[in-house]
Amino acid sequence: MTQPTKDALPITVRNVTKTYGPVHALDDVSIDVHSGEFLTLLGPSGSGKTTLLMVLAGFTRPDCGSLKFGDTEVIRPPPHLRDLGMTFQSYALFPHMTVAGNVGYPLRLRKRPKAEIADRVARALDTVQLGGFGDRRIDQLSGGQRQRVAVARAIVFEPRILLMDEPLSALDKKLRDQMQIELRHLHEQLGMTTVYVTHDQREALTMSDRIAVVNHGRIMQLATPRDLYERPANRFVADFIGESTFLDVTRQGDGLAWNGMPLNLGHPVPEAPGLQLMIRPERIVMRDAPGEGFNIFDATATDVVYQGDSYLLHARLKDGTQIALRGPMRGGDALPQAGQPVTLGLAPEDTVVIDASDV
Amino acid sequence: MQATSDTKPEGLSPPASTRLNEDGLRRDGRLERLALFGLSSPALILILVILVIPVGWLFYVSFVGADGSFSLENYERMINRKSYRRIFYTTFQVSFLTTGLCVLIGYPLAYFLSQLPDRLANIGLITVLLPFWTSLLVRTYAWLVLLQKQGLVNNWAISLGLWDEPIKMVHNMTGTLIGMVHIMLPFLILPVYGSMRAINRDLMKAASNLGAPPRRAFWDVFFPLTMPGLSAGALMVFILCLGFFVTPAVLGGGKVIMVSMKIVSNIELFVNWGAASALGVVLLVLTMIILWVASRFLKLESLAGGGHG
Repeated sequence: MTQPTKDALPITVRNVTKTYGPVHALDDVSIDVHSGEFLTLLGPSGSGKTTLLMVLAGFTRPDCGSLKFGDTEVIRPPPHLRDLGMTFQSYALFPHMTVAGNVGYPLRLRKRPKAEIADRVARALDTVQLGGFGDRRIDQLSGGQRQRVAVARAIVFEPRILLMDEPLSALDKKLRDQMQIELRHLHEQLGMTTVYVTHDQREALTMSDRIAVVNHGRIMQLATPRDLYERPANRFVADFIGESTFLDVTRQGDGLAWNGMPLNLGHPVPEAPGLQLMIRPERIVMRDAPGEGFNIFDATATDVVYQGDSYLLHARLKDGTQIALRGPMRGGDALPQAGQPVTLGLAPEDTVVIDASDV
Repeated sequence: MQATSDTKPEGLSPPASTRLNEDGLRRDGRLERLALFGLSSPALILILVILVIPVGWLFYVSFVGADGSFSLENYERMINRKSYRRIFYTTFQVSFLTTGLCVLIGYPLAYFLSQLPDRLANIGLITVLLPFWTSLLVRTYAWLVLLQKQGLVNNWAISLGLWDEPIKMVHNMTGTLIGMVHIMLPFLILPVYGSMRAINRDLMKAASNLGAPPRRAFWDVFFPLTMPGLSAGALMVFILCLGFFVTPAVLGGGKVIMVSMKIVSNIELFVNWGAASALGVVLLVLTMIILWVASRFLKLESLAGGGHG
């Protein structure tokens, strides 16, 4: 195999189905990953996101479907012929090889000359900021360092596609935040098409160009992080991404109403029998006099939590619905006591109406 | 917001000069160590009585000549007499061959078991261990019945036309090896199986993802990681073989004479306790040398990353 500088490749998945007995791990999944894109598969455990990644890598044989890297059909070739980089949740570093041994392994398999291997291993280790660690044994490394070695091993042979299976889930929060930024930079630097699997929505929102939310083996929505968060396509996505309160709303004339109160809407209303108004805790405000055009909700505070940088207010609307509100915390701000009446306001552009039927 | 709080007052540690409960804690520690020693002392005494004293006596007897005085004649005999050299040669030959055959048969079997789903693997392991729980003597005589000239194996093979004349499969090296391999196999399979199960399955996926065809992935990744288990198992089999008695005695039919059998005949036939003891000492020393060399080798092996991903 020759290794010229390669461009990223798009991935085309068409009608892939994988069943385990009666369970559809993947149910007629089609998805396009653009060339050079960072796409995240996000979903709860058992949703099928890992199965889809394993189909891409060639470790799971689907029942049917088509998979193309660029223009080449690759649904049938075994994993070792697919020429893509991958990192595993368990890192999967070879414990009997040194760091350099691990990183150089794909190059040795490709029969590159010794000097070239040494050079490329050193460069890959520099890229993940582990220069000079080549002679270390794997068990001498911390979790974060192992993660970096795994990344170096996955990129050293310059694959055009990189798959990452929950790479940061074993790290503590601080390191995870730092690695998210680093992986993101690495992706910008190398530009390879990246498919990233995670169950952590914040991680997905932080890193991705686009996110595919997966549930029950199907893609629930494929959109940019901002669209996904602000314009969820259905109840599952709205529920899964961020926290929200849902209010049942009814049609009233041309618009919608909640408990007889007409709503000031900022977006078109979807066609569906049952509709709900989704309210994000940070989009609803608590003020004595909210701005003009705001939808006003009178409520009673039930619980107030001080969280340092912000506060979390739980309140009960007049129909008994519990609603959560998060606001910034500045010194000198007074917080209401539980039991006090509060006035909540929601701007028209923050009213998101979704199809209430659970998918 | 008012910074009212009901947090507990902080910084309530005692002054550095008073070290609270120091004597009591130290006494507790001492009592705990004493209790531990007390609990293990019956075992220590047992080892002293049934191991250290007899082995010491063995050493002593091996240096006593026929006339009752100190002598090296028991050891000189081993060096000078051709029959003794032959016995040692046979002992090592049988042990090496048995170990080699166990590795050839046991490793693939352990691999097969390790790839099965948990429930099937457990059933498989039980079938491997089942003969383990049957009397050694019963198993050895069972082979005698199966392998003899008019035995099951010969009769079936002839009726199936595999060979025409009954083949001599017992009372020789073949029979000894068949019996020994059968008995030793679990000792090899168990540690190898253990080290195979400990290998993170992602490692093989990673190798394959990086471009290794299945065979290459096996030799580059899987096999090196099973080396600690394999060497431990092979070592165990080899050392057990060195001192084995029942199987070669029954299935060898007097043609395969190992050290342990010579020890028995020295005592039962010639009532020469000195010669028997000297053989025992040599066997013991050889075993200890092998263990010592191997333990250094094995330690290096496990340092280089044994088993776990």
